[in-house]
Amino acid sequence: MFRKILIANRGEIACRVILSAQAMGVRTVAVYSDADADARHVALADEAVHIGGPRPADSYLKGARIIEAALATGAQAIHPGFGFLSENPDFVDAVTKAGLVFIGPSAEAIRAMGLKDAAKALMEKAGVPVVPGYQGENQETAHLARAAQDIGYPVLIKAVAGGGGKGMRLVEDPKDFAEALASAQGEAATAFGNANVLIEKYIQRPRHIEVQVFGDGTKAVHLFERDCSLQRRHQKVIEEAPAPGMTEEMRAAMGQAAVRAAEAIGYAGAGTVEFIVDGSEGLRTDGFWFMEMNTRLQVEHPVTEAITGVDLVEWQLRVAAGEALPARQEDLSITGHAFEARLYAEDVPAGFLPATGTLHHLAFPEFARIDSGVRQGDTISPWYDPMIAKVVTYGPTRSVALARLEAALAATQVAGSVTNLDFLGALTRHEGFARGEVDTGLIARDYDALTAQPEVPMASVALAALAAVPAAGAGEAGSDAGFTLWAPLSQSVALEHGETLYDCRVARSDKGWDVRVNDTDMEAEWRAGAWWIDGARAQGEALQVGAGISVFGAVTVHFTRPDPLAVEAGAGASAGLVLAPMPGLVKAVFVQAGEHVEKGARLAVLEAMKMEHTLTAGRDGTVEDVLAKAGDQVEAGAALITLADE
Amino acid sequence: MRLTSSILTNSETFKANEAAHLEALAQAREAAERASLGGGEKSRARHLSRGKMLPRDRVANLLDPGTPFLEIGATAAHDMYEGAAPGAGLIAGIGRVMGHDVMVVCNDATVKGGTYYPMTVKKHLRAQEIAAENHLPCVYLVDSGGANLPQQDEVFPDREHFGRIFYNQANMSAAGIPQIAVVMGSCTAGGAYMPAMSDVTIIVKEQGTIFLAGPPLVKAATGEVVSAEDLGGGDVHTRLSGVADYLAEDDTHALALARRAISHLNRRKPETVQWQSPEEPAYDPDEILGTVPASLRTPYDIREVIARTVDGSRFDEFKPRFGETLVTGFAHVKGCPVGIVANNGVLFSEAAVKGAHFIELCSQRKIPLVFLQNITGFMVGRKYENEGIARHGAKMVTAVASTSVPKITLLVGGSFGAGNYGMAGRAYQPRFLWTWPNSRISVMGGEQAAGVLATVKRDGIERGGGTWSAEEEAEFKRPTLEMFEHQSHPLYASARLWDDGIIDPRKTRDVLALSLSASLNAPIEDTRFGVFRM
Repeated sequence: MFRKILIANRGEIACRVILSAQAMGVRTVAVYSDADADARHVALADEAVHIGGPRPADSYLKGARIIEAALATGAQAIHPGFGFLSENPDFVDAVTKAGLVFIGPSAEAIRAMGLKDAAKALMEKAGVPVVPGYQGENQETAHLARAAQDIGYPVLIKAVAGGGGKGMRLVEDPKDFAEALASAQGEAATAFGNANVLIEKYIQRPRHIEVQVFGDGTKAVHLFERDCSLQRRHQKVIEEAPAPGMTEEMRAAMGQAAVRAAEAIGYAGAGTVEFIVDGSEGLRTDGFWFMEMNTRLQVEHPVTEAITGVDLVEWQLRVAAGEALPARQEDLSITGHAFEARLYAEDVPAGFLPATGTLHHLAFPEFARIDSGVRQGDTISPWYDPMIAKVVTYGPTRSVALARLEAALAATQVAGSVTNLDFLGALTRHEGFARGEVDTGLIARDYDALTAQPEVPMASVALAALAAVPAAGAGEAGSDAGFTLWAPLSQSVALEHGETLYDCRVARSDKGWDVRVNDTDMEAEWRAGAWWIDGARAQGEALQVGAGISVFGAVTVHFTRPDPLAVEAGAGASAGLVLAPMPGLVKAVFVQAGEHVEKGARLAVLEAMKMEHTLTAGRDGTVEDVLAKAGDQVEAGAALITLADE
Repeated sequence: MRLTSSILTNSETFKANEAAHLEALAQAREAAERASLGGGEKSRARHLSRGKMLPRDRVANLLDPGTPFLEIGATAAHDMYEGAAPGAGLIAGIGRVMGHDVMVVCNDATVKGGTYYPMTVKKHLRAQEIAAENHLPCVYLVDSGGANLPQQDEVFPDREHFGRIFYNQANMSAAGIPQIAVVMGSCTAGGAYMPAMSDVTIIVKEQGTIFLAGPPLVKAATGEVVSAEDLGGGDVHTRLSGVADYLAEDDTHALALARRAISHLNRRKPETVQWQSPEEPAYDPDEILGTVPASLRTPYDIREVIARTVDGSRFDEFKPRFGETLVTGFAHVKGCPVGIVANNGVLFSEAAVKGAHFIELCSQRKIPLVFLQNITGFMVGRKYENEGIARHGAKMVTAVASTSVPKITLLVGGSFGAGNYGMAGRAYQPRFLWTWPNSRISVMGGEQAAGVLATVKRDGIERGGGTWSAEEEAEFKRPTLEMFEHQSHPLYASARLWDDGIIDPRKTRDVLALSLSASLNAPIEDTRFGVFRM
């Protein structure tokens, strides 16, 4: 086994590799960019080497610098994680050339799978099914019809130069083929000036099912499948293992195909063979096709670990260190079901735009596996993938694992950045998903419902108001929260959520607290470690985070509190008049009557006491009158410029 | 040592006591709640229509959210001035602002424009006295038309009248007790000195005004016609005159500015007593109502009240076997060490001497004193006068008068005669004096007073050879009895600020704790006692 390895990555995967390595007694070296100097992976590793600026090209993609760091620290091997240099064969060559071990497949294997078309051809040769289709120069109708027949209906006719659905036709019955082809070609010619089409197998309810493989360079085993069908624009959102509806027969067929694929390229280490699967009529052994092979560990590998009990990183290290495959195929089995949800800092209403921010508050439930590269107080920077964590749950059955995922997401608390947490929560409550009816179109079909901004429950506003008036301590020994002799004092709390302003009042009552939100009155009581609003136990927890209040629960609501000091009195009436602050000489006047000026605009310069004083507009407005010109000597308090009344 | 209660909470007596106390409590609550509504619905609506916050909301939003507010004189001026000045038109109390205990004095402009009645002046001065004694920064939320003119003779000229407010401001400021004013309405005539005499002054734009003479008076005096805003509005005072320091957009902004000003006080509470972790009493404080007899004539063991007041019901009784009508001992209230002096019957010489001894102990150790007052007086009669009960009583009075430790007095029953002195009555300047709704206070009991007067009258009649029937005597005594009953009532007493307020007996612990905590803002000085008559 290695004594020391370097992890050429950052974030959660770097942390995850470091933890497995350390558990095996292997010392770890982290590398980091300027942006990651205080990152969790740097703190976790035994040593850390700075490798450059925050841009990936200046740090995590600088293979030579990383190899140098490995040599300097005495690391014997480099684990690439995923992304960055993990599938770069030139880097693998450079690592090997430096006398180090690359923890992963050979450069040749990576190259073999790197070119999609060549890989498909290679797989076809190895007996792995690939998506049937025809793309060629022969555009004769009869030829194309034959191709369609070979592919098997339904088929899709697509313009080669196409896009946006133009020149695309779905054909379900061979007798319709000729007519559909003619219309597609006509449309393609008009739209793109190129009538050529290709024919593709039409997969009605495509599912993304991938098989985890592991090889030692000659032999390979598979660790069963993962279903990654819940995707948004090809980005995986929630993954699970095993795939819902999977049969033993199908699993064996897919597993064998994947092993054939890995062995065909002499694969070493962890890899994933991705298949597209026709889910329209249940899973059938003739309904899956090779798409590509990822020659690295996958983001979603934890679900496989959960159901097989295998630590894939441990296996990677052992095989890279020269050990044989740690298990035979017959030693591997599936126990239970697992889900992984990818928690990102992203702005869902804005179309899932990556977000940034400092995670003022970050808490996860104990009962889920959390793979995260950030801690409370860390910053999600714009430089890298905005992942916060992978939330992984396990259960004896799919429904238990899914219930746990819903519970785990509800118990996940993030403040300081917007996240996709509510979106993930909505997915866990999606009825079709609960039934296992997954396909890659699910999210797009139900996009509006899944991304709908949940209505802010009145109880959540009440919880936030109670947190603003730190009231939870009432009832504890010695607490005098909200005490008054007689009539209670009613504290005002203004809360903002988006465009909505909530005017809240909180006052002590005999039983607990009276909370009024706008015109709704509620009674709150702190009992058994929780708030009870109008007799019902409040679902959620409110925390003061910075200047705002976040209410965590099934939905997360971040309220901001308007700062009463962020008001500038004094603008008002007098701001329309610009006066000389002291006696002096007008050096310059920059505006003329009728000109529109914005607040803070330079209006004139007054020289006095050997200093030049710039006079600025106290508010937006139109210059009404200019009462002084350059060269004038003016008295203190003399009006120089007036702004018209608005 | 934990006190053991012998009260049966399911007994008929308990229930009857509770019912009687709840009735008295309801009366006090009603008075307090009426006062808290200020000048009534119409004037509150008018106040709100001007964009102003109601005075209680001003106080609430000045304070740190969720913190306690210990109000002073909540029912001041109750039933006085024909009900014209609920709460004396002023809210005063101790609250927490940016972590500091501060005295808040807030005019209630819904009550006769916030003008000062005699009781308003007295309440304002009492609040300042509390601030001065306990080193509490003062925040004045000013919205007042100045002296109430029809009452000017009772408001303006004397030593303890309007001018004293500004005298106090100057002297507190000199003593390093910050004075902050927020002008949220008028500050006319003498009232102009409230902001002017403050260390820091905030004024609300187009709402607060400060001037020695308002526009009508200016017009009368010089013929000058000027608007209130141009004469002394926020813009004028923050830009031209410098009478105010910060201009606020509105009430909310002004209160935020006041909070910010307090965040820059650079003060900390002095190290005084050794705090412990607070602990609830072993007996429920709510049981006090059923525990204390409905009638003042029924004796009961004051330890039952102590058991429902102090931490863990633990009470280290000092000298338990000597002078038993006075109970003395050490305990903690919400973590604060206290020496408790409580009546358990009429005061005898031994009890008075024991009391003096205990007060001396607490003074030496700098332990705050809590007096639970339920006293008909010192024992009378030849035996007692001859053994020198006045001399022994004087020792206790000397000790009470000259100790430097904070004294908190609570009237839990009768407060009659010289007993009031020995038990730190108002004249003995306890830092706070609170009263239960069942208490009575007078120079002597009504019966005794009427009896004394009747005896003098009968002697006169009989000396002249006349006769006086029992019926005539009863008729003669009735007005005296009625007067005493009326004037000894806590609502009558509290209206006149003989105390700092009536409290719900179930909140005794909270009130004591807050009073103690407020007191401990001032360092505890060494005590120098007067000559004890030995």
